[in-house]
Amino acid sequence: MMRIPFAAAVGLTFTALYFLAAIFAPLLAPYGMAEVVGDVWEPSSAEHWLGTDNIGRDLLTRLIYGGRTTIFIATAATVLSFTTGAILGFLAAVLGGWADQVMSRAVDLLMSIPTLIFALVVLSVMPVTVPMLILVMGLLDSTRVYRLARAVAVDINVMDFVEAARLRGEGRGWVIFREILPNALSPLVAEMGMRFIFMVLFVSTLSFLGLGVQPPSADWGGIVKENKDGIVYGIPAALLPAVAIATLAISVNLVADWVLNRTTSLKGGRG
Amino acid sequence: MGPALKLVAQRIALGLLLLLLVSALIFAGTQILPGDVAQSILGQSATPEALANLRQELGLNDPAITRYFSWLFNALQGDLGTALTNGQDIAQSIGGRMMNTLFLAFWAAVIAVPLAIFLGLLAVRYRDRWPDKLISAVTLASISIPEFLIGYVIMYFIAVRLRWFPSVAMINDSMTLGQKLSAIAMPVMVLTLVVLAHMMRMTRAAILNVMQSAYIETAELKGLNRFQVIFRHAFPNSIAPIVNVVMLNLAYLVVGVVVIEVVFTYPGMGQYLVDHVSKRDVPVVQACGLIFAAVYIGLNMVADIVSILSNPRLRHPK
Repeated sequence: MMRIPFAAAVGLTFTALYFLAAIFAPLLAPYGMAEVVGDVWEPSSAEHWLGTDNIGRDLLTRLIYGGRTTIFIATAATVLSFTTGAILGFLAAVLGGWADQVMSRAVDLLMSIPTLIFALVVLSVMPVTVPMLILVMGLLDSTRVYRLARAVAVDINVMDFVEAARLRGEGRGWVIFREILPNALSPLVAEMGMRFIFMVLFVSTLSFLGLGVQPPSADWGGIVKENKDGIVYGIPAALLPAVAIATLAISVNLVADWVLNRTTSLKGGRG
Repeated sequence: MGPALKLVAQRIALGLLLLLLVSALIFAGTQILPGDVAQSILGQSATPEALANLRQELGLNDPAITRYFSWLFNALQGDLGTALTNGQDIAQSIGGRMMNTLFLAFWAAVIAVPLAIFLGLLAVRYRDRWPDKLISAVTLASISIPEFLIGYVIMYFIAVRLRWFPSVAMINDSMTLGQKLSAIAMPVMVLTLVVLAHMMRMTRAAILNVMQSAYIETAELKGLNRFQVIFRHAFPNSIAPIVNVVMLNLAYLVVGVVVIEVVFTYPGMGQYLVDHVSKRDVPVVQACGLIFAAVYIGLNMVADIVSILSNPRLRHPK
């Protein structure tokens, strides 16, 4: 059994806690998701641990359900972005030639527009629904995964074992999934942590701008939007999602760092 | 100057080409996507007459290519069309807001750039000691929180608890420079924090990269102290990567501004864009999107040109 460094263990614990809370939200939350249970912006009490929000819903409940939405969307978008980006990136590396050129230049073009701006442009004509958000976020982000996957795969593609597989008469599918994928997995997994955090921040930003998850569903960005007017009166309800997002992001970061360090030491790089 | 000039000319041509393609992409993003634009603007309950009117108004009955080129040529002449929601001229509404946005971004850059470079150098000087560790911890924290939340945290503590600054950043033309600066103090603070982290990290990495060269070891063996080594030998050679970092972060600032303006209800272009995205005002969104993308591409281009010009091997060809 390998030893897990302290920082990574803390990161893993918190990440696991957040995911468990997201999965079991209906069991954990003390009240219903959109249930009005008290006065407006009540301070914290035994009934409402974190107080209530702008229309009297339990804030802890909103945060738990909000985490569920945010984490679900971020996870789905990350998965989409990785499948699309990695498959296209590997394909570009294996095919080479004009197919590689066309795909790489198209990605350059997409990356020359700030992601948030392009997402806003697209969302101005598209219906703002959860599947649409996942699609837009995932596809826009897959450009970054594409670049990484292609760079890694180009290196692996010229190695002897890949050559051996080709001479054996294996097809492109085999080369991509059985030769390149297993060897490219570690840098991709480390990158996955970074992309996931980026997705959490991205969906929160969109929801905060009113262009993400629509009410009455809760998500962390939306909770800030709903409670931001309280700030001026000194009610810190809108700041609570900050704590949630920051702890989640830092924990995932710690895990990703650890994975990255392990993989670089495997290759004899500096740890 | 031969090869350097040629490279610069090439880079500018590439930038212009990119801008043309981006304009096409932004146009396509709002026009040729599946679904009827008029329908999604008016919603499901729209009457057929209203739909037909809007289609006529948007010119949706012409082929997309025709519409794209007429939009592009008008935009090049400064005519960005009229807003659907209030019928006002977009170029006129954007003008003043753009100045406000640039004002905000300018002051954020003026504070963030020297500070980031200084802190980056400090982190290298005290590498692996507490100043370096503190700087990386703060960096990690600030990239883990979205910009708008940093904004509210700062607003909560500084404007509401301490009452140093007003919590909204309203500015208008009749204010003096001092009043304007005090009004934008908080948004500038937030933007500085946001870009500072990235810039510091990348400056640190750029200098550490140079520090591994053989001539740095020579300078150390010569008996220079660490500050002299960093300032006289490492810093000049890391100017190109640092300028690159600065430009990339200014480009990042352009996007950060959008969100921060909404937080502090600052009358700039970002807020204008966000408002009109939720109202589904397509011409305004296209115009703002194009301008933001153009600034972003422009800054990236400047970054590349500076790194070409600062490379002595290209400046003095054999």
